[in-house]
Amino acid sequence: MNLSPRLQVESGKVVLTGQWTLSELLPGLKELEARLAGDDLATLPWDLSSVSRLDSAAAVLLWRTWNERWPVELVASEMQRRALERVAAMPSAEASSTLSTPGLVERVGYLVLALFDNMQGLVVLYGQMLLDLVHLVRHPSEMPWRELAANIYKAGAMALPVTALVGFLIGVTISYLSALQLRNFGADLFIVNILGVSIIRELGPVLVAVLVAGRSGSAMTAQIGVMRVTEEIDALSAMGVSRSIRVVLPKLLALTVVMPMLVLWASAIALLGGMFSALLQLGIPFPYFVENLQRAVPVANLVIGLGKGLVFGFVIAWVACHFGLRVKPNTESLSANTTRSVVTAITLVILVDAVFAIMTRNVGIPQL
Amino acid sequence: MTGTQTPAVVEMRGLSTVIGDHYVHRNLDLRVESGQIVGLIGGSGSGKTTLLRQILGLNRPAAGSVSLFGENLADEDPVSQRAMLRRLGMLFQGGALFSALPVFDNIAFPLRELKCLDSDWIRRLVHLKLAMVELEPGHGKLMPAELSGGMVKRVALARALALEPELLLLDEPTAGLDPDRSQSFADLLRQLQGELGLTVIMVTHDLDTLARLATHVAVLAEQRIVEFGQLAEVMAGEHPLAAAFRGGVQTQVL
Repeated sequence: MNLSPRLQVESGKVVLTGQWTLSELLPGLKELEARLAGDDLATLPWDLSSVSRLDSAAAVLLWRTWNERWPVELVASEMQRRALERVAAMPSAEASSTLSTPGLVERVGYLVLALFDNMQGLVVLYGQMLLDLVHLVRHPSEMPWRELAANIYKAGAMALPVTALVGFLIGVTISYLSALQLRNFGADLFIVNILGVSIIRELGPVLVAVLVAGRSGSAMTAQIGVMRVTEEIDALSAMGVSRSIRVVLPKLLALTVVMPMLVLWASAIALLGGMFSALLQLGIPFPYFVENLQRAVPVANLVIGLGKGLVFGFVIAWVACHFGLRVKPNTESLSANTTRSVVTAITLVILVDAVFAIMTRNVGIPQL
Repeated sequence: MTGTQTPAVVEMRGLSTVIGDHYVHRNLDLRVESGQIVGLIGGSGSGKTTLLRQILGLNRPAAGSVSLFGENLADEDPVSQRAMLRRLGMLFQGGALFSALPVFDNIAFPLRELKCLDSDWIRRLVHLKLAMVELEPGHGKLMPAELSGGMVKRVALARALALEPELLLLDEPTAGLDPDRSQSFADLLRQLQGELGLTVIMVTHDLDTLARLATHVAVLAEQRIVEFGQLAEVMAGEHPLAAAFRGGVQTQVL
């Protein structure tokens, strides 16, 4: 028995044989379509009695060949006729859905609206956090200690190795590059000032913030997002557990608490790297470096650095939770919001850093 | 199906599945012939879904072999593997619809993957499948998240049927459908089976569907198929599980 679908014109009649199913049609589809379209077959009588199987894909093919009309004469079994009738019952062409591409003005408008929408969401989240804190002060037993500890461990302790590595390498690099320049001017000792101020005040907090946004911010958005996709958030609410206290608040508090510590840790390691490089390049011994550090860098710089860490930590968690809660239950939205979370968090961190720089421009600059 | 010696659609020989260090199946044999509608029954956690995953090649057998349409899926090169998988349709328990695509694109997806059909053909086929599972063309624009549980099942069935499969694997097809819809689902499968000689393996707890639809029943227990045969035969059998099902089924048949 031959399986492949065949078409013959015998004495003014179109005779089909073989299996007219999608899988059998596929190999010789181009040829067959050409033959079906070629002569004016639609006007001839058709005989399907030798067709062993006819599925809906083949029925659609035949119906299109007949220009969506029944042929003058059709020999077909009851089942084949039913398959064809189902195709015939379909509306031939729907009004093509006009997907208009938005113009420039429209697009800018949508962007502005999305910006306002996000700002509103962030403000609502902030307000909810304050309400939750008030609630927790009144009902201290509801404090989610366990979640808080878990988040501190995940965002803090687990981040120690990577922040140390990056901090150390940055310290070595800056120290090395600065030493090359300073030696030309014979200003070797200023390496302490450069490293101290730049790392403690600026680089430490920003570096850690970028790392943490990529590491913990994305994880927080993805976690809350998946909880939305799988309806876990709704399950929590159904059990009468506040999702903002149990899911959002621990993340906000944990990252806010943990970030200054990470900044301190990363800055210390970066300075260590800088000292190491200074020793090798300029021959400045460790005790001398440490002694001069106290003189060259006023304590205000450390306070500013740690303060920045605190604010950055809050901003990252705030943005991450906001975008996590905006995830719609599909994979596309999950990935889009995770990306937005990280990009927005880093951008906001840089923005806040600039504000800090302006507001503290008279504080902690060493007087020579 | 080559006239004379038709190979079994699915044949498992001495199949063992190990997940972690736990045997799900041990030395399991099952042979499903073309045109059979096999109801796979067994207690919760007895490895019914895992057995379907073995047929799809999603789990690897620890021992033994699984052959589809007479060929071993694991031995084939990627191209013929794909050709084999195109001959079957799978309805996952949770639907497994692509959440980022609307209903229409979900059903059109396997058709577009063939890269041979034009868009008008695909549109007509998708609408045919939607009509088959009693959905309106307008439902094609909905996202999976906007569907009710029963609608998810029906869309997933439409997607499983998109490529006109010879073998249909159904995991709990009627869970979440109301009785009317289960009835029309059974009618639809029976009709397809009559027209196209479809082979079906379905995991089900729904006695209505089992009694109405299945030609054969396989009972999965003690890590193997303890009974396999015609519906009436197995239901008359000795196995406690069959007996438990029997009570229900008899009331349905009577």
